[in-house]
Amino acid sequence: MSTEPILDVEDLSSSIAGQQVVESVTFRVPATGITAVLGRNGVGKTSTLRAIMGLNHRRGQVRLAGERIDQMPTHRIVQRGVGYVPEDREVFAGLTVAENLALAERQAQPRREFVAELFPDLVRRKDQRAGTLSGGQQQMVSVARALLNDNRILLVDEPTKGLAPKIVTEVADALREASKLVPILLVEQNLDVVRQLATDAIVIAGGRVVHTGSAVGILDDEDLTRRLLGVSAETHPGETHAGQSHTGEARS
Amino acid sequence: MSTLILTLITGVGLGALYFLVASGLSLIYGLMHVLNFAHGAFLTLSAFIGWQVAQALGTASWGSFLVSILVGAVVGAIFATLTELVLIRPLYERHIEQVLVTVGLSFASVALFEGIWGTDAINIAGPPWLIGTTNVLGASIPNKYWVLIAAAAIVLIALVVFLQKTRYGMIIRAGVENRAMVTALGIDVRRSFTLVFAIGGAAAGIGGVLAMHAQTFVSAHLGSTLLIFAFIVTVVGGLGSLTGAAVASVLVAVLQQVANTYLGGTGDFIVVILLAVVLLVRPSGLMGRRA
Repeated sequence: MSTEPILDVEDLSSSIAGQQVVESVTFRVPATGITAVLGRNGVGKTSTLRAIMGLNHRRGQVRLAGERIDQMPTHRIVQRGVGYVPEDREVFAGLTVAENLALAERQAQPRREFVAELFPDLVRRKDQRAGTLSGGQQQMVSVARALLNDNRILLVDEPTKGLAPKIVTEVADALREASKLVPILLVEQNLDVVRQLATDAIVIAGGRVVHTGSAVGILDDEDLTRRLLGVSAETHPGETHAGQSHTGEARS
Repeated sequence: MSTLILTLITGVGLGALYFLVASGLSLIYGLMHVLNFAHGAFLTLSAFIGWQVAQALGTASWGSFLVSILVGAVVGAIFATLTELVLIRPLYERHIEQVLVTVGLSFASVALFEGIWGTDAINIAGPPWLIGTTNVLGASIPNKYWVLIAAAAIVLIALVVFLQKTRYGMIIRAGVENRAMVTALGIDVRRSFTLVFAIGGAAAGIGGVLAMHAQTFVSAHLGSTLLIFAFIVTVVGGLGSLTGAAVASVLVAVLQQVANTYLGGTGDFIVVILLAVVLLVRPSGLMGRRA
């Protein structure tokens, strides 16, 4: 890749309450398109994203467009242009949809029209408490919060987890639209979605990055996907039937 | 009948006082997970300063009474803000140390206040109307209770409007739910910490001046006594819930007054039993979210 990466992660490790959850990951995220982070459950994909955001204790270097952000508190990292869509959505249940979105607005002219076009349902439900929304609608709120601002990169963690197939398509479409404006680092277990969206992919195993390359290249390499993602054309004990399926075993 | 009315109204009045202290405690815990044992010190200092201001202006006038309440609110807010900035903030994310430092501050403050104003309770005077009574359906209700109820109602309304209608209020509500996610939206949540301390301190300061008038004396221990019941109210209402604090304040105080009147002065005992029952049956409190 000749262009400068938007995010450069070098020897990043992370721990929660003294327990090492990310050993040492090094990777770069290109300044365009969607880069998927793949790996079995429990290898530290979510923890890697949280470490980049400064939400977990971390060591190592993280550069955003060349600037070190690994010493900054979370709110500064976000203000530098890193949007975050967390696993499990984490909408503010007691606040209305409109309040959830208003809280996320950081710039004088947030992209309200863009978000309204992408998620018209949220406009209709603006006065509804976010806690009373369906899982899919909550995910839309969570994604919308990150899209309201001109971010330089989005970190999106399992946006389709637990959603009905129809909603998965809607969320994937929204992410595709968003990726035209901003590069995305995407943790995703649904390999169908990864195949549709991702240009590049990073595979994490044993707390380290073990493979990087084009997303389709990785997904088409049956041996690699079986070995690193726990998915294959055959059925293994304790795994769901594969190929078009989710990675890994039961959640830890 | 008149005894019941007297008991109920004085119960609500006492509840109003509890709410003025508990509202700040509850907001501070909800957002920062700090049980603030120094809250009583904010209240006591405000009462002493409020008393001195009222003395300088002439205790009998309503003007000096109102000014002393305002001064109490300002003193409480300043004391609380300094506490947050100087003692709590350097211990960010170290909750046990934060609680311990507030315990230390509460002890040190009592000693300091005793050093300045002496160990004996000082009798105070206010506008003569306050020590009079108003007849309600045959019950003679001491007027000070009306002032307590009115003050708590104004503080409650102001807090609700602030929390619902302002951006900072929205940040505080969101932060009580999920503080990490607020920072992940690019908001420096620590600014709100100072703000909730200031607001809590102001409410406690108003409570301090009014508690002094309710008891007609002020002492270095004024805050400590009230703080115990405010903690009970905060836990019963649900840590972090303002509405919970309001409902529990009235519930606890009315129960306390009813037990004092009809069950041979067992009010304090009954309140502790209520606390135990709530903790056993509903540990998150009446309106708190799951622990």
